[in-house]
Amino acid sequence: MYRRCNISVTVNDVERQAEIEPRMLLVHFLRETLNLTGTHIGCDTSQCGACTVLVNGEAVKSCTMLAVQADGSRITTVEGLGEPKRLHPIQQGFWEKHGLQCGFCTPGVLMAMVGLLRENASPTEAEVREALEGVICRCTGYQFIVDAVMYAASEMAKTAHAVAESHSVPIGEGE
Amino acid sequence: MAKMIGAPVKRKEDTRLLTGNGMFTDDMKLPGMLHAAFLRSPFAHARIKGIDTDKAKQHPGVAAVFTAADLFGKVRPVPTMWYVPGADLKAKDRSPLATEKVLYAGEAVAVVIAEDRYIARDALDLISVDYEELPSVTHQEKALAEGAPLLHEDVPQNLALLWKAGEIPDEVFAQAEVVVKQRLYNQRVIPNPMETRAAVAQYNPGGGELTIWCTSQNPHIHRMIYSDVLGVPESKLRIVAPDVGGGFGAKIATYTEEAVVGHAARELKRPVKWVEERREHFLATTHARDEVIEVELAGNKDGTFTAIRVKNTANLGAYLSTFGAGCPTIDFGLMVTGAYQIPQAEVVTYGVYTNTTPTDAYRGAGKPEATFQIERMVDLFARKVGMDPLEVRKKNLIPTELFPYTTAMGLLYDSGHYELTLEKALETAGYEALRKEQEELRAQGRLLGIGISTYVELCGFGPSKVAGAIGFQGGVWENSTVRVHPSGKVSVYTGTSPHGQGTATSFSQIVADKLGIPIEDIELVHGDTQSISMGWGTYGSRATAVGGAAVAIAADRVVAKAKRIAAHELEVAAEDLEFAEGVFSVKGVPGRTKTFQEIARSANFAWNLPDDVEPSLEAQSFFDPTNFVYPFGAHICVVEIDKDTGEVMLKRYIAVDDVGRVINPLLAEGQVHGGVAQGVGQALWEGAVYSDNGQLLSGTFMDYAMPKARFFPKIEWQYTETPSPVNPLGAKGIGETGTTAAPPAVVNAVMDALQPFGVEDLDMPLTPEKVWKAMQDRREGV
Repeated sequence: MYRRCNISVTVNDVERQAEIEPRMLLVHFLRETLNLTGTHIGCDTSQCGACTVLVNGEAVKSCTMLAVQADGSRITTVEGLGEPKRLHPIQQGFWEKHGLQCGFCTPGVLMAMVGLLRENASPTEAEVREALEGVICRCTGYQFIVDAVMYAASEMAKTAHAVAESHSVPIGEGE
Repeated sequence: MAKMIGAPVKRKEDTRLLTGNGMFTDDMKLPGMLHAAFLRSPFAHARIKGIDTDKAKQHPGVAAVFTAADLFGKVRPVPTMWYVPGADLKAKDRSPLATEKVLYAGEAVAVVIAEDRYIARDALDLISVDYEELPSVTHQEKALAEGAPLLHEDVPQNLALLWKAGEIPDEVFAQAEVVVKQRLYNQRVIPNPMETRAAVAQYNPGGGELTIWCTSQNPHIHRMIYSDVLGVPESKLRIVAPDVGGGFGAKIATYTEEAVVGHAARELKRPVKWVEERREHFLATTHARDEVIEVELAGNKDGTFTAIRVKNTANLGAYLSTFGAGCPTIDFGLMVTGAYQIPQAEVVTYGVYTNTTPTDAYRGAGKPEATFQIERMVDLFARKVGMDPLEVRKKNLIPTELFPYTTAMGLLYDSGHYELTLEKALETAGYEALRKEQEELRAQGRLLGIGISTYVELCGFGPSKVAGAIGFQGGVWENSTVRVHPSGKVSVYTGTSPHGQGTATSFSQIVADKLGIPIEDIELVHGDTQSISMGWGTYGSRATAVGGAAVAIAADRVVAKAKRIAAHELEVAAEDLEFAEGVFSVKGVPGRTKTFQEIARSANFAWNLPDDVEPSLEAQSFFDPTNFVYPFGAHICVVEIDKDTGEVMLKRYIAVDDVGRVINPLLAEGQVHGGVAQGVGQALWEGAVYSDNGQLLSGTFMDYAMPKARFFPKIEWQYTETPSPVNPLGAKGIGETGTTAAPPAVVNAVMDALQPFGVEDLDMPLTPEKVWKAMQDRREGV
């Protein structure tokens, strides 16, 4: 009934191809076509940020982008960050500092903060709060989220330092 | 082994949620699953003259379209659960889909079931409804007035309920040295958990079993109600709350959509999923507060209170929601005297139907409103008698030696040490220095304000006998089973239903201490009516005080049984055994021991049990407390107002809470931060706004201002511990303290800052525009 089109994206380092309706939102594509349900939908107006993912390294609200617009791009979702036994520093920070309660907004917050730390590796608390402008968390009151991001920044700085000294390839989120 | 209770243990829940491995209702995908979308009324009040669904039904990919007529005799109206006695209650239950009239904008009129959610949405556009718009009324006082449009023809004046408690003769106020009268508006707010409501239903035509996974704070209550609504016996209806993305009261209520989805799955014999969009959530999930509260507080010139009289005109929305009648009556009315000795109290509540979304519980449910009015009145009284609000509080707080304390409303406050939390808050804030700073800044023309809120809250719902006496259609005890597997690992079942509180961790801490086993060996099972025999859910800060207590008692029973088995194996009397750190040892005989894990194996293999001991190691508790619990504390808020814009900036926020025994201070502090953010949200930004013809103008996150990170300073939190005598843990409840204490603390601070302008009171939310206008209006007085 509807014209369908093929797209090809690399999601969490795996190449994925699919035939979809051109009107399909990226978030629905990730959740329903690729079964990556870690990315959540919290609003219809791009205010809450629960659906944030990285598209070519940039934090993007995946409810505001059509899946076809992502054709050819590299996408990282929360599933691509770390695993329960090998958490990414940002995930570790949220665990250490109690940065989540219900956990529904959390994947989006994590991706938004990974986006922040890519641009600004050692933000001030005020800068973290500013960067949280695009996400809404109803549970935590934000303080522990800020603490978690500060923790992650400091851990990542240590790792980066160690890595730099060993002349190895930086780990973490990257293209 | 270090004691777990009281330790800031990191959450067991987190690694799953942090890696995208949570399982929220919308994450579920069942073979052959269809998707539901609801058509909602664009009018606040209209007669439905006809609905044409033919085109929608013919749309490719549409499996069915239902209207009220299709559900007649198959899905009953969703009833309320709280028949407040003596309230002259005219309960109006909600039809699964609107029948002859729609009563609020957003009421569901029809449902489409289709192959995917895009098709379902397409088909909604093909349904045509012939509406005859009727005059509507959204404000409760206007709805009570003569000539107002009637929502339900047999409810005169739209008066759903009239409730009275206590009576004070007029002379008391006529003869009082000081009387302060104030009208306060506790505005309508929208709970807005980040996960909207959702439901997935699956029916087995062979056995007739129906399973509904949904976003519930109390799956057993939902089972009880939907069983009746759908005509499915409780034994065949399974409700599962998987991961739930916040509730804040909005997921206590039973709704129509979940029942309709359950019915659709039954009718079509295919699984059906419905996920509420945020836009729908604003319209169709319960709102809260919306109470016009008129108060008279009488007292003496020395600052002591003698009597309080309160009239609450509450907006119940178009129908009576699940706890709708209880919030502005029992929950609000019995708490109007707050943390103070006030010998006489009288409350009258008018509950009114209007053409708005029904209201129900929201974090605190009635207690924040009660606290707001008394804490505002204390400040207004202090101003009238020319005293510091702090001094007036000190004069009237219930002194420690009077606990347990019976209030004028007949509640028995279990335990308290009110001066202690206040002193600690003052010390943390540096109150005297703050007042000096305020003076200095005022001299420079800057507007610093300091607000105090010394609150007490009723929670730990509660004794079932009391629930019956106040008309709640259910029990409020709690259930737990502690099941020890042959390996010594333990499953703990609870009838509470957490949705972000960290209960899997805090309850495991309780069991770890009781059984002396590692916390990693304990798993909490919750949110599934098939796994857990019965329970009443998580709301009203009851999980730990009632559910946690049941866990503790069940664990004690496990230890008692294990001890008998250990005594048998060690060939001594049970009295000769001691149990510590997971090891049973014979007193005075080093080396004669059995570990908990060894006894778990013995109990389950049953090769060598005492004759009168049954196999397996498992115990259950159905704990019904003797009283509510009453957390209390003192919050101090410091604000500065931008003179040019009216913006209120939080400079500091000090919270000292006493919630009895604290199981996990890390989780407790998290709850405080979140609660304070929601309370500050109500004070400064949040508010549902309706147009005169009943359109919800604040219907998205673009129009409804949610708290954001950069508006908050670090909350300075401390706690004291005054154990509650009504449960074996000594625990109270912390989830609601912030939403209860913060609104008056913030508003008192803003009013304090505005003293140079002579502003006595402003209604929440204290938006920059409102504050700026108040300053402009009175600028000549500066």
